[in-house]
Amino acid sequence: MDNNTLNIRYEVVAKDFSRAGEASSALKKVLRKLNISPDIIRKVSIPMYEAEINMVIHANGGYIDVDITPETIHVVLTDNGPGIADLELAMQEGYSTATDNVRELGFGAGMGLPNIKKYSDDMKITTQLGKGTTVEIFVNIPA
Amino acid sequence: MEDINKFRHEPYFHSVKLNHDLCKGCTSCLKRCPTEAIRVRNGKAKIIKERCIDCGECIRVCPYHAKIAVTNSLDNLKNFKYNIALPAPSFYGQFRNINDINVILTAFKKIGFDDVFEVTVGAELITKTTLKLLETGKLKKPVINSACPAIIRLIQQRYPDLIENILPLKAPVEIAASVARNKAVKDTGFSQNEIGVFFISPCAAKMTTIINPIGSETSNIDAVLSMKDVVNEMAPFIHKIKNIEFTTASDSAGIVWANSGGEIKALSEYNCISVDGIHNVYKVLEDVEDEKLGDIDFVECSACLSGCVGGPLTVENPYIAKAKIRELAKKYNIDTRPVNYETDMFLDKEIEETPLTKLGSSISETISLMEKINKLHESLPQLDCASCGAPSCNALAEDIVRGFGKESDCIIKLKEKIKLISDEIQELD
Repeated sequence: MDNNTLNIRYEVVAKDFSRAGEASSALKKVLRKLNISPDIIRKVSIPMYEAEINMVIHANGGYIDVDITPETIHVVLTDNGPGIADLELAMQEGYSTATDNVRELGFGAGMGLPNIKKYSDDMKITTQLGKGTTVEIFVNIPA
Repeated sequence: MEDINKFRHEPYFHSVKLNHDLCKGCTSCLKRCPTEAIRVRNGKAKIIKERCIDCGECIRVCPYHAKIAVTNSLDNLKNFKYNIALPAPSFYGQFRNINDINVILTAFKKIGFDDVFEVTVGAELITKTTLKLLETGKLKKPVINSACPAIIRLIQQRYPDLIENILPLKAPVEIAASVARNKAVKDTGFSQNEIGVFFISPCAAKMTTIINPIGSETSNIDAVLSMKDVVNEMAPFIHKIKNIEFTTASDSAGIVWANSGGEIKALSEYNCISVDGIHNVYKVLEDVEDEKLGDIDFVECSACLSGCVGGPLTVENPYIAKAKIRELAKKYNIDTRPVNYETDMFLDKEIEETPLTKLGSSISETISLMEKINKLHESLPQLDCASCGAPSCNALAEDIVRGFGKESDCIIKLKEKIKLISDEIQELD
């Protein structure tokens, strides 16, 4: 076992939909260079994109830290947004607090958090009203 | 006379080549190459063979015309007893004042061909089969068209998991070639080998494909002529043609394939998008991979802006050519003849992945190399000026780690170093 870790940080800008998804695209390029198979890459990039969009829509932006070891990919998305009032409700498919404006842009379908759970191997959400939310995504790299 | 078989099965053959004498070692092609396949070394551009997809962007942007597409010449007509020209649909858009496809077909006879078989017919056959395949519901969605070889090569190299989305049909020209050859054998009594099948191509990527076919063992095309060369050959006399010697078999459904959006025109009951320009295709394939496109059934991609009329070997302004094609499609919108050639249209070989050389031999090793690249990148000026001969600071950092470059290739770094040394010398005084 070695402790080789690649750390990367991305910043996410609030309300800028034209840039939303930049971080997950950039990470995809890194994972491709690491020769990680496309199906594993998808397990990271799809949930990360969802979480990134959430940050843009709801949370005034924030930053994303990615740690890659030979065994796992660990993505931590941290924001200083309003926090999630009812986490159980937010995890339900189709539930969304997104405004009509955001829905007009094709976002806010209420699939963000459910998709993160669906695609990743594991996820963890810590949220505090008025303080912010941290979403963690775990994906294993099969040997 | 050139030997038209000299390149056959040369591994990593590329039609896009460099004319060393003309290359000034500027960075125009370097910055524009979508797969970062070019470096400038010792003052000349060098194409990294495993990365090049023959899209022809460099041919288009080189201000010194040092990037060329290797194609065959009309001299090759002498190699065969009976020669057939296969004009790509985009060829019809090259003559501004000619509105009669029959005139264009007749011009092929004047430059030495015995017969013409139109690629539009192959395109139409594909359109019909695509509709049938879509109806079965068995194709993986979104289906990606198979007609543009540069796109297929991009998928093989960068998006291997999208290979199964590629329409499992041959390109229109291959279908046209096999139908034309069989028809000629029947009509003339010549053997297969005595018949020369010449494709009149708008791009370099097609040339590469006949040398190294994708999805089949061999190509049915004997030689590829550059559209530019053929237009030049015909230009002096085509306006004077009076006696028509051919009647077109083209219908609008095939003609519109010359333009981006042409292939999906007949698939109107499905949810289709058309993407043109290799840089745009890149972004869309990225979205396909991330399942971001939603309910799209078919993605038509062409490496060239405007579609094949924008090919690097075309002559006419692509926007004018596009309008011309639309005009012709209107004129020939008469499906009067049955298109029922018997030919195998399916790809007969799996499309393989062609991944790039790995950075490290294990994930662990690659992670440490990536860390090195990231650190190096941070130490570089990040101007992406390409003066070092790599397309970006990041590419230089990777080249250094891979052992193909050094930090002093960066002229800004070098300048800093020289300043340091000169300061030290002054101190000595």
